[in-house]
Amino acid sequence: MASAEIAVDRAALFEFLTRMGDNTLILGHRVSEWCGHAPVLEEDIALANTALDLIGQTQLWLGLAGEVEGKGRNADALAFLRDAAAFRNCLLVERPNGDFGQTLMRQFLFDAWHHVMLTALTKSADPRVAEIAAKAVKEAAYHLERSSDLVIRLGDGTDESHARMQRALDDMWSYVGELFISDDADRAVAAAGIAPDPASLKPEWEAIVSEVLREATLKAPTSAYVHKGGRRGVHTEHLGYILADMQFLQRAYPGATW
Amino acid sequence: MATATLPSLDEVWHWLSQVPDPEIPVLSLVDLGIVREVKWDDDTLVVTVTPTYSGCPATGVINLDIERALNAHGVARVRLERQLSPPWTTDWMSAEGREKLRAYGIAPPVDDTAADGRSLALARRLASGSNLTVACPRCGSAQTQKVSQFGSTACKASYRCLSCLEPFDYFKCI
Repeated sequence: MASAEIAVDRAALFEFLTRMGDNTLILGHRVSEWCGHAPVLEEDIALANTALDLIGQTQLWLGLAGEVEGKGRNADALAFLRDAAAFRNCLLVERPNGDFGQTLMRQFLFDAWHHVMLTALTKSADPRVAEIAAKAVKEAAYHLERSSDLVIRLGDGTDESHARMQRALDDMWSYVGELFISDDADRAVAAAGIAPDPASLKPEWEAIVSEVLREATLKAPTSAYVHKGGRRGVHTEHLGYILADMQFLQRAYPGATW
Repeated sequence: MATATLPSLDEVWHWLSQVPDPEIPVLSLVDLGIVREVKWDDDTLVVTVTPTYSGCPATGVINLDIERALNAHGVARVRLERQLSPPWTTDWMSAEGREKLRAYGIAPPVDDTAADGRSLALARRLASGSNLTVACPRCGSAQTQKVSQFGSTACKASYRCLSCLEPFDYFKCI
């Protein structure tokens, strides 16, 4: 434990941990917005359970982030008391829910990355990171199984569901590339053996995605344009609305508990 | 307190085997395999618990139930420790626990079928339309169908039986 602390800059490790935790926090919150609104009861429950897993993982990542930072902030303080510019989630997870197809496509593109990332992190040089990943990867495998299944069923479904899934893919595609771009913090944790270089995850992600899209009869857009910024705190306007909703209680009634 | 007067660990395990899981009360916390260790640290009983799923909302209640049960048996000092690694697996669920689940109407986990994210194999399996074979806990039929990957809790999936037509929960292998 101590050796990992020494081998890597504390700020870079904090950055990495908040990127992991903010992805699961914001996606978990987004998915939870479906609670009571999904097209069928079983999917409503599945969405809520997926959100729950993601929020649970957030507690582990942000809990460790607070510990590493050493300024007395716990997972709750990091989730509820930071402003948008301090959030490190990728732009993909803050995309609006749209219709059920858009929510699922966003989930699938994320799950494929998440599973590959967590699998790599189970071999992290920092045992605290490795044990969170070993826990989370089992849950992420079920998320990926579910979202792949539904992307295939809806993509290779009716004309209407196919058209909606293709539109969802076209909409979401340019927000994925950000997950594979490395910066100084990524290079620092990669050099310390704590996390893989983001770019190294792309081939495996592409293999999963192209296989599922082929079965789903969907075509990946050819445009290479990438929206980026979330991982360094430059967000779309959507994040502000998410935070206004998510943080309201703790901001209006500091320290409120029940 | 002198060591000689402390309850034995076997006794403690027996007490814990009577604490029901708050979500699936036919199972005890010991059946579920989430109590990983009990030991004495001087006169404090240390109970190590591992979460089932990282977001399981029952975790807080489980800790409270353990503390309350042990206090009721006269253990004044209890310390709960969370252990993440190795992560919980349904392999740790006791044979007795699996039978209790089935009798309660929940299909127990089918071993070695945990999702592993290998979607190449997955896509083929889905394309063929087949599902994992989970026997109906009511009539025993193998003619069942998955309705959703997630059921009433994150640890379960929704199934329906094509023979007796009853819906049921399946406790997923993880």
